[in-house]
Amino acid sequence: MRTRTWAPYALIAPTLLLMAVFLVYPIASVGWFSLRQHTVTQPWKNAFIGLENFRRMLFEDPLFWQSLMFSAKWVVVEVGLQLVLGLVLALIVNETFIGRAVARALVFSPWAVSGVLTTGIWILLYNPSTGVFQQLAQWGIGDPGTSVLGDPATVFPATVVTELWRGVPFFAILLLADLQTIPNDLYEAAAVDGAGRWRRFVSVTLPHLRDAIVLSTLLRAVWEFNNVDLIYTLTGGGPANQTTTLPLYVARKAVDSHDFGYGSALTMAGFAILLFFSVLYLRLSKFGSRA
Amino acid sequence: MTQTITRPATVVPPPAPPRRKKHRDPSRFVRLHLPLALYLLFTLIPFYWMLVFALRPAGETALVPWPITFEHFDTVWNGIGFGLFFRNSLIIGIGTLVVVTVFALMGGYALARFKFRGQRVFLLALLCTQFIPGAMMLIPLFVIFKNAGLLNSLTGLVIADTAFQLPLALILMSGFVRNVPVELEEAAMVDGCTRLRAFFAVTLPQLRPALVAVGSFAFIGAWNNFLFALMFASRQDKFTLPVGLSYALGEFNTDFGALAAGGVVAAVPVVLVFAVVQRFLVQGLSAGAVKG
Repeated sequence: MRTRTWAPYALIAPTLLLMAVFLVYPIASVGWFSLRQHTVTQPWKNAFIGLENFRRMLFEDPLFWQSLMFSAKWVVVEVGLQLVLGLVLALIVNETFIGRAVARALVFSPWAVSGVLTTGIWILLYNPSTGVFQQLAQWGIGDPGTSVLGDPATVFPATVVTELWRGVPFFAILLLADLQTIPNDLYEAAAVDGAGRWRRFVSVTLPHLRDAIVLSTLLRAVWEFNNVDLIYTLTGGGPANQTTTLPLYVARKAVDSHDFGYGSALTMAGFAILLFFSVLYLRLSKFGSRA
Repeated sequence: MTQTITRPATVVPPPAPPRRKKHRDPSRFVRLHLPLALYLLFTLIPFYWMLVFALRPAGETALVPWPITFEHFDTVWNGIGFGLFFRNSLIIGIGTLVVVTVFALMGGYALARFKFRGQRVFLLALLCTQFIPGAMMLIPLFVIFKNAGLLNSLTGLVIADTAFQLPLALILMSGFVRNVPVELEEAAMVDGCTRLRAFFAVTLPQLRPALVAVGSFAFIGAWNNFLFALMFASRQDKFTLPVGLSYALGEFNTDFGALAAGGVVAAVPVVLVFAVVQRFLVQGLSAGAVKG
């Protein structure tokens, strides 16, 4: 559209400014810090040390590898389960039934709840003295005094379920939105051709949802990788660092030991890993190439 | 431009039910009602558990408490200071809502209605921001905030929340603007309106659902933000609800009633807002906003 050329630039100027100051500059600054020894409590030691932080990270820090492995496990399990449950939920609330509007509002509602609040709610549920397992024990199911968050055997599934409660609605909402754009005649044509319910789902619904699934899993994977609130408040990374993710480890380095240099190197590593896997994922899934 | 406009002005196509037949299908119970009921239980039991703890007198264990008490709410609201945290969260939430919505509207309009040099790069940069881990940016952000004197300031938190929410809000908004037919605006301009008048008179009213969706997105995000509030506001009079809650998690390990009441205070506004706007969200996303 023909127009005076300054108008669009004026309109995006505030966004550009905010992005430059609060997103671009911090990344550059993290990159710079990662090459330095920089500890707030020992400023006399601050100096440029090249790749020393990265050497330390790769070869001398078992907690880096441990937290990275846990991050990977966390992302794969969370995104996988959220996608499957979210898709099932979207298919259910896409059907026509009485009370659908209310059902949608209810099942989507945990999406609006913060990570800290989710922790608060589930600590009430999980607590060994008055929680839900104690209640079940009273009814004769399970043992009384079960502490799912304190037991190394159950802390992971307990944390996963907590995040699922809040995370599934995201997928359900996005996939429901995309389900509603599938033209009805596709289903009718498939039905005329004698396709059963499962066949229609596999040949019509899934291919149509492909781009939405790729995009939502990618966004969610990045988000789950970076998600700190819930794990930080629910388990604090414990017991014995068992549930420490990479960002949680970074936050601890920065906040507890004030080691900005090493924390920045960890951040750069996380950033590089995210970028690498995102590009790989988009390539492998052939995103946007749907005919 | 003298043609009459025949394109319908509706932004949102009515959702098409995938199957119209209303037959009595016994498999519907297994396919539909049973899983829905199970999922509703999974969603609602945690909410109910919180409500029970918040309303039940300390020391009781009844699943349906009666008589109920409001003593826990009195404790958290007046004793622990959740009244003040609520006020802080509300200011940050509304501030972020206003700034994000206005900037997203401006930028989204620019992306949808203009062709300009650097447009693709700008869009790519917006998408790339989604990969930036906010949690991992805490160190440099802290330095920036300290140097700018924005620590312990609600304005500072509005700015931080805005910076991190604006890119996605802008992308969403440009999709919404694109769905409003440009011909309407052009017709108004042919009739002698300036572009600005045409925008306010013709396009903006059509964008009402978009403003509601993007605005409440921003409000919920700011209301729920924990890390920035934890890092940048260490003085108790600037605490937000998530920060207050996180301390309640540590401090009142035995006082579940107070924790639950604090949780209810933090949950009610956002859950209510979301219950109202989730419809717009689904409609807006399915009208093509998600395709950017």
